[in-house]
Parts: sequence; structure tokens; C-alpha cells
Amino acid sequence: MDTTINPNNMPHISDASVSVEIETEDMTLNIGPQHPSTHGVLRLVAKVDGEKISSVEPVLGYMHRGYEKLAEVRTYPQITTLVNRIDWVSGFANEIPFIAATEKLMEIDVPERAQHIRLILTEMARIASHFVFNGAYALEIGALTPIFLAMEDRERVLDLIESVTGGRFHPNFNRIGGVKPAAGAGPTTKKDIQDLPAGFYEETKIVMEKVLEGVDRFENLVGGNEVFRVRTKNVGIITKEMAEDYGVSGPILRASGVKFDLRSHTDFLPYDKFDFEIPVGENGDCYDRWYVRLVEMRESAKIILQAIDSMPSGPLQTKVPKVIKVPKGQSYVRTENPKGEMGFHVISEGGLGPYRLKIRTPSFSNISILPELLEGQLLPDLIAIMGSLDFVLGDVDR
Amino acid sequence: MSFGTEILIKVGVVLAFALNGAVIFTLMDVKGSAWMQRRPGPLHVGLRGFIFPLAEVIKFIQKEDIIPTKVDKTVFKLAPAFILFSVFGLFVVVPISPTLVVADLNLGVFYLLAISTISTLGVLTAGWSSANKYSLMGGLRAAGQLIAYELPLILAVVGVVIQAETMSLVGIVEKQIEWGLPFVIAGQGVAFVIFMIAATAEMMRIPFDMPIGESELVSGFMTEYSGIRFLIFYIAEYINMFVMCAIAATLFLGGYHIPLLPVEWVNFYGPVSLLTKTLLLGFILVLVRWSFPRFREDQLQNIAWKILIPLSLLNILITSVMKVVF
Repeated sequence: MDTTINPNNMPHISDASVSVEIETEDMTLNIGPQHPSTHGVLRLVAKVDGEKISSVEPVLGYMHRGYEKLAEVRTYPQITTLVNRIDWVSGFANEIPFIAATEKLMEIDVPERAQHIRLILTEMARIASHFVFNGAYALEIGALTPIFLAMEDRERVLDLIESVTGGRFHPNFNRIGGVKPAAGAGPTTKKDIQDLPAGFYEETKIVMEKVLEGVDRFENLVGGNEVFRVRTKNVGIITKEMAEDYGVSGPILRASGVKFDLRSHTDFLPYDKFDFEIPVGENGDCYDRWYVRLVEMRESAKIILQAIDSMPSGPLQTKVPKVIKVPKGQSYVRTENPKGEMGFHVISEGGLGPYRLKIRTPSFSNISILPELLEGQLLPDLIAIMGSLDFVLGDVDR
Repeated sequence: MSFGTEILIKVGVVLAFALNGAVIFTLMDVKGSAWMQRRPGPLHVGLRGFIFPLAEVIKFIQKEDIIPTKVDKTVFKLAPAFILFSVFGLFVVVPISPTLVVADLNLGVFYLLAISTISTLGVLTAGWSSANKYSLMGGLRAAGQLIAYELPLILAVVGVVIQAETMSLVGIVEKQIEWGLPFVIAGQGVAFVIFMIAATAEMMRIPFDMPIGESELVSGFMTEYSGIRFLIFYIAEYINMFVMCAIAATLFLGGYHIPLLPVEWVNFYGPVSLLTKTLLLGFILVLVRWSFPRFREDQLQNIAWKILIPLSLLNILITSVMKVVF
């Protein structure tokens, strides 16, 4: 680098040239763990050049609670209390894979009615979870109103879940071999186990109508907004190949054009009895991910209405021993959580509790795509992309 | 009346007007949000929510005024004052009636546009002196926004100036009385829309609130401010909104005059007329704020440079041609 100019050495002054390279350095921006839109305590160490992001490194573990280890010192009935708290936005849906994996080991057949109730509550959890996503995502894009409407709509669904299970977020409702008697039923003998609360069917029908109304409102209010469209369309595109390579699952995978939904592939719940569609996106951008979840809420409401109409009668539980001991062996059951594929790998040595419990959570696998996806994006797009992945930190860190 | 007394009275009037305007607009904003989002606070609590601004002010005064150790203290403390100075300064030329005006400057419009730029200086210094990366980005975004939006704002007003043949705000209103129609109908409709969009961007309200952008930049340039200093930013935002709406009403909607009403009585109905028009424009801003998401910074620049500036230039051309022809 030569910055000295000597006019005497030059034939003409216009030949003078200065080559000064200004040394620039990327700024390291710590996004999180305390930041309004990191869904809790995700930390992203971003290298930014102005507004442009050159690289992103997610740092996890701020909410690690060690559930896999905690499960090793608990009995099987106690563990449902833990798994509720993994993804608290859709607590009920977490219980299913664990219970199903244990039942598979014990070779228990669950009564049809109990399975139906499980299915209805799982779909309600899905609707509740997607409402939260809808509101929070609009908030991250900058619209302040939808979150209030979403919370109000979700509250109706949570009220229904509460009327059956007694808990809004942490139902702890599944039992090995069936479901718990309804809330307020008191101590029960085997003969007069209480069923669903009175008026549940009618109430559900009314609420599902309201859910469908709410979904339509969101489609108009959020999706019909031109600013929302320009902010989300063609932003953060996940191609089919990328999605498959990273093992993302759930609505994100389907938004990329892969028609894969465990609800139609596995038999952990009787989904094959019902008629529903699996929405698939075209571009795999943020808008598609938002839209797929919106349509899924409609389909879930449809499933619930069908399940209400075709509810079989019968017991809520099969006979299980008072002290539950699971025979030696291992099983893995994966289910379609609202956020993606959730799997529980139970290894039993024949004791009261599992020898080892491995939890595969959807959010953890889904956010592994972040570093590649965010490279070269703008800072506002980082928020839009991160929000569209719809993760919960409890689900990431366990 | 001595010169000093007159100045004191005028300053008092401006302060009372500006602060009350801020209170009215705060109330309108939170009430609007409460209607749209069913918030109980501003709707039902405490005299049907009407003492909400008071509670807000008391809350902020109680809070500790934190000044982080690494900030540039002088600039950090000065920045809110810059903004407050700018928004109060704007009130000087807004005519509430032909006689009720602090100073009817010949170059009123020019003065307005010059003074309104100072608030961005305050934002930039606030962002820079905070020693926070989020604040810095917010401040720089505000600077970028200023350059992009000051231009269409000025160019939109140029159309009005050409049509009114004067830069004095009283003169502009009188021209509209002469025409019998406010300028928004009589030829400056496009300019009005451009002015309102640019003014929203300058006020940093949704959908152009990138310098604050709470989901991205935490609170942008205000991140490190707390207590009374934060309150100053907060009040300045609403005073700015009030005065910008009043200016738009004066330039485009006929200001203190209402068509068909006798001009002789303008001193009586003038203030009511201007306030009504201001509140109507403010209501539109409230509706927009609570129903729109936020643009991205580059999209904002695109709108400004590719749509608004060419449109306002076209507006000037058409206005000039019409002026020459008729």
C-alpha cells in the first residue's frame, strides 16, 4: 500500500492515484439469550456487516433441564409429568409418544374410546400451538394486534382441554393403558369411572366453529396484508433437498413440498378412520410455512368434529397391574407433534422406571438448519425466518 | 404588552397546546389499540381508561434514571432534548386561526421542514452515544430513513407551495379559502397521500418503525434509556404526531377554515376546525399502526426512491403546468 504522493515524480497531476484499503471488520451481534423474539433463551451469535448477516452460530443449552436423566430415576407413571413440560405450548401432544412407546413394550391394547379421546386432545393441542405461532409470528413481523386475537382464540381451546384434563398446559392426562378419569371425578373404583365432562360434545362443536372463524380471520387480517406478504414471500427458502438433508420435520418439511405427515404413516392413534388433507407448500418460504400451519388448523378442527361424531363407547382403560413393571426390551415410537416429528426411545431393563430414555424433539432438529439458512440474509429477515421455524426452547434443550 | 411578556405567553401557549395534544394523542392511540385488541386497561380501568396517560407518566417519573457507565454521557443526556426542541419548534408556525399564531413567518413551510430534520439528529446521537449495538443500528436506520423520506416530504409540499404561491402557512390557508376548496380536493390529492406516508416514516410509526423495531432491535435507539428520559422520547413521539397531523391539515385540508362557513367567524370556529381535522388524520395513523406489520429497511428505501419521489416530481410538473395554463 503506497499512500505517499510525490507530485514531482508524476508527468501529470491526474496520474496520481491513491490505493487505500479501509480495513473493515464484521460486527459480532449477540442476539439473545435475552431478546424479544428468540422465543425464550436461544442465543444466536451473528456476524453482521451492517444489516447483512455473514454467519450465525446458535448457542443452545440455556434451558437444559436434563429430562432424559431425570426420567431414569422415576417410575413410568411419574414420567408423564415430565414430558408435558418439554414443549409446553402443546403439552398434551408430548405425552402420546412416551405412553405409546411404553404400551408397545408392555403389549397393551388401548380401548378405542381412550384412543379417540387422545386423538381429540392431541388435535386440540395442535390448534392451540398453531394459534400461538400465528400470533407470535405476526408480532415478530411487526403487527401488534394478531397476538391478542390469537390468545383469545386459543383460550377457548385451552378451556376445553382443561374441562377434560384439569390442566391448561400440563394435562398429565394419559395413563398407561388408557386415559385418566375426567377432572373432578374424585376417587374412582373400577366400576364407575367417570367419562368426559357433561356437555363436552356440544361445547366442542361451538368452539370448533369459532376456531374456523378465527382461522378465516387470520387469513384475511395477516395473510391478506400486503406488507406481510412482501416480508415473508421468497424469504428464507428451504428447498426440498435441504429440508430432507437437515431432517427437518412437521409443517416446515411440508411447506417445502414434501408430503410427509406421521399421522397418515403410523398407527399410534386411529387417524386412518378420519378424512383429512395434508397441506403442502410450494416454495418453502416463510409465507408457505405460515400458510401450511393455518390450513393445518382447519384440518385439525375437521378431524375433531369427525371424531366427536364417531365417538365409540366403551371403557377408558384396560386392566393394568397396580405397580407398573415394563418387561425388558426397547421400543421407539414417533408421532406428529404440532412442531414436527417427536420420538421417544424407551430402553427397559425390567424395572419400575426406564433404564434410559432418549427424546427426539422436533424443535432441536428444526433449528439445526438455521446457520445455513441465515447466511447472507438481512437482520429483519433473520427474525422472520427464525419465527417461521416455530420452535420452543423447552423443546430444543429438554 | 412588553416583548418579554408576549414571548412568555406564547411559550406557555405552545407548551400547553403541545403537551395536551400529546396527551390526547396518547389516549387516542391506546384507546384505538384497546378497541382493536380488547385490552381491558385503557378501556375499563380507572374512569373508563381516561386516566391512563396520567398513570403512564407517573410510572415513568418513578423509575430510576439509569445511565450506563460506557455511554457518552453529555450526548446521551442531550439527545432527548434535541428531539423535544424539534417538535416544540414545529408549533411556532402552525396557525390555529388567522390571528392565533405564534409567528406567521414568510418562509413558514421552509422553517417547518428545516426544524423537523433536527429530531433525526437527536435519534442519531441517541443511538450513537448509547454504546449499544442495537441502539447504533437503530440510529443508523433512522438516518437512512431521514434521507429517504425527507425528500418526498419536501417535494410533496412544493406542489402546495406552487399552487398557493406563498410559503406562509396563513397564506396557504387563505389561498384555500379563496379557492373555496381544500387543496386535497383541488389538485393536491397525490401530494397529500405522499405527505402522509412520508410523515409516518418520519414519525417512525408502524409500518415504518424500523429504527425502533422492537422484535428486531429490542427498542432501537431508545434501548438504553429509562425513566424520565424515556418518557421524553415517548411524549415527543406523540407531540410530533400531533403537530405533523396539524401541518397536514393546514396544508391540505384547509386548516382552520371549513368550506361554506362564513370567513368572518373563522376566529371562533378556527381552533375547533383545526383540532377536528388533526384528530381525524391522527385516527387514520392509529388505525394503520395497529393493523400493519413492519416493512424491511430495503423495502422502505425502494418505496421512497422508486415510487414516492418520482410521483411527487410528477405532481410538481403537473401543478406547474396547470399554474401556467390557468
